[in-house]
Amino acid sequence: QTTRNALSGDKLGNNQSWSPVSVFNVLRSLSAASHGLTDEQKEFQKVAFDFAANEMAPHMAEWDQKEIFPVETMRKAAQLGFGGIYVQPDVGGSGLSRLDTSIIFEALSTGCVSTTAYISIHNMCAWMIDSYGNKEQREKFCPDLCSMEKFASYCLTEPGESACEKTAEFFVGWNCQPTRAVIFEDCAVPVANRLGEEGQGFNIAMKGLNGGRINIASCSLGAAHASVQLARDHLLVRKQFGETLSNNQFLQFKLAEMATKLVASRLLIREAAQALQEDRPDAVAICSMAKLFATDECFNICNQALQMHGGYGYLKDYAVQQFVRDIRVHQILEGTNEVMRMIISRNLLSES
Amino acid sequence: MSGRVLVGVKRVIDYAVKIRVKPDNTGVVTDGVKHSMNPFCEIAVEEAVKLKEKKLIKEVVAVSCGPQQSQETIRTALAMGADRGIHVDVSGKDYENLGPLQVSKILAALAKQEDAQLILLGKQAIDDDCNQTGQMTAALLDWPQGTFASEVSLEGDKINLVREIDGGLEHIKINTPAVITADLRLNTPRYATLPNIMKAKKKKIATVKPADLGVDVTSRLEVLKVEEPPQRQAGMKVETVEDLVVKLKEAGRV
Repeated sequence: QTTRNALSGDKLGNNQSWSPVSVFNVLRSLSAASHGLTDEQKEFQKVAFDFAANEMAPHMAEWDQKEIFPVETMRKAAQLGFGGIYVQPDVGGSGLSRLDTSIIFEALSTGCVSTTAYISIHNMCAWMIDSYGNKEQREKFCPDLCSMEKFASYCLTEPGESACEKTAEFFVGWNCQPTRAVIFEDCAVPVANRLGEEGQGFNIAMKGLNGGRINIASCSLGAAHASVQLARDHLLVRKQFGETLSNNQFLQFKLAEMATKLVASRLLIREAAQALQEDRPDAVAICSMAKLFATDECFNICNQALQMHGGYGYLKDYAVQQFVRDIRVHQILEGTNEVMRMIISRNLLSES
Repeated sequence: MSGRVLVGVKRVIDYAVKIRVKPDNTGVVTDGVKHSMNPFCEIAVEEAVKLKEKKLIKEVVAVSCGPQQSQETIRTALAMGADRGIHVDVSGKDYENLGPLQVSKILAALAKQEDAQLILLGKQAIDDDCNQTGQMTAALLDWPQGTFASEVSLEGDKINLVREIDGGLEHIKINTPAVITADLRLNTPRYATLPNIMKAKKKKIATVKPADLGVDVTSRLEVLKVEEPPQRQAGMKVETVEDLVVKLKEAGRV
């Protein structure tokens, strides 16, 4: 059974000069992210926040620094049902909605963006097999993926150069998850392992991305949420010119703008999740809008939070720089934010 | 033996929240403040669920006394593995004045009604720190009590307990039925899993009023005032040990 101890949180051994557990315990107590949720969703969110605060946040700096892919922690998360959140229960998934999923990833991300982003990609892959696989494929692959006995990854190819083909050895962020070029040479894939019909692959891959975009945007949300909290706490403590930074109107206004953009991002993401769940005609466009808006705004929020920390913001001892580094790539992958604009404008201009 | 365990769970202000005293000094601010299950109650629920998993007991019933929102706390217990819940509906002024004496009367009545073999409680709540409910409940029922438990094992119709006391660890053996209160190191509570949270929705929570149990919740205590602890005063530095002694004498400390 996966366990945790809420009461001994601040006794965790930590080489860092910041106390991630105490900050993230305050995050748990923020009810802003819970507004409008059902009782059940609040319970999911609570488990995710607790798990993030106790199992992830204390290690996120170490995982980043040592480039550790935290297998054991992710398997613990899978035991709680986080391995196949929107996969059907008959093959080991939790059978939850897109909105439930977004809420969960947003909360987990406050503990470690990179690890949560990986978990979300793993979930997307498991869902694709669950939704498009035949009976044999679902039964063969989904249970092990939901338990994270096996780990999934999503590979993209493109004629000519693409980000995936470049050997990605040293990343600015996302250091917890290995991203590598995968080369298939003379590799025969049995027909039994093909998802869907011949020629359907591109569509399946694209369908997976809608949910993937909501998930990645949700990860950005979690980072921004944590960064706003970190900035707020710093402003209340740090003194300059004889008073705490929180008395400075410019910083007050900046914090207000950050919080406003955070809530706006959250609402757009949750709306997109609903649209996808209901298979609405505008789902693709709104998922792209959510990804575009939230990843951009949340990066700005984290970046601004770093600025508010002054020199401390640039020290690796402080968490805010890791949030900035980790979510920077969200504006690039799952379709660049430029591609998001292409999708949205195409949707707008093709309406009759 | 019914094999039934009653677990008391209390809804308290979340331990991570910064507490603020109300401007009128009648209490602390609770409106809009995040609440959760008392951490020691979580430990009690975990212990009960573990006993059920070991097949030493048959049913775990989670009980909470309070307003409608107490049902959320019961749901958390259900998500951790309790089988059903009982919400004892107490609200308004009655709830503000609810204390260990009334709660223990309620628990004693429920224990008789439900034919409970064991009552598991947290040792104290983190809001009032009373550390009385377990002891009072045992006294009302005339049952043995194992308080501050850091280890519990069932042996036939007896319970072996290790208690954390000032002098160290005390090993006792008590008869059932009994009341046990959980201390910090008894166990590490599990996370609710997503499937269990969903299953919890289908588990039943019955609602009763204290009057139905023949309990009068009128309080014999009146809270006069609630204040913040005094602000910490600045200290002072002294140069030598002699100076220190002089200062201590001036302050009347030696």
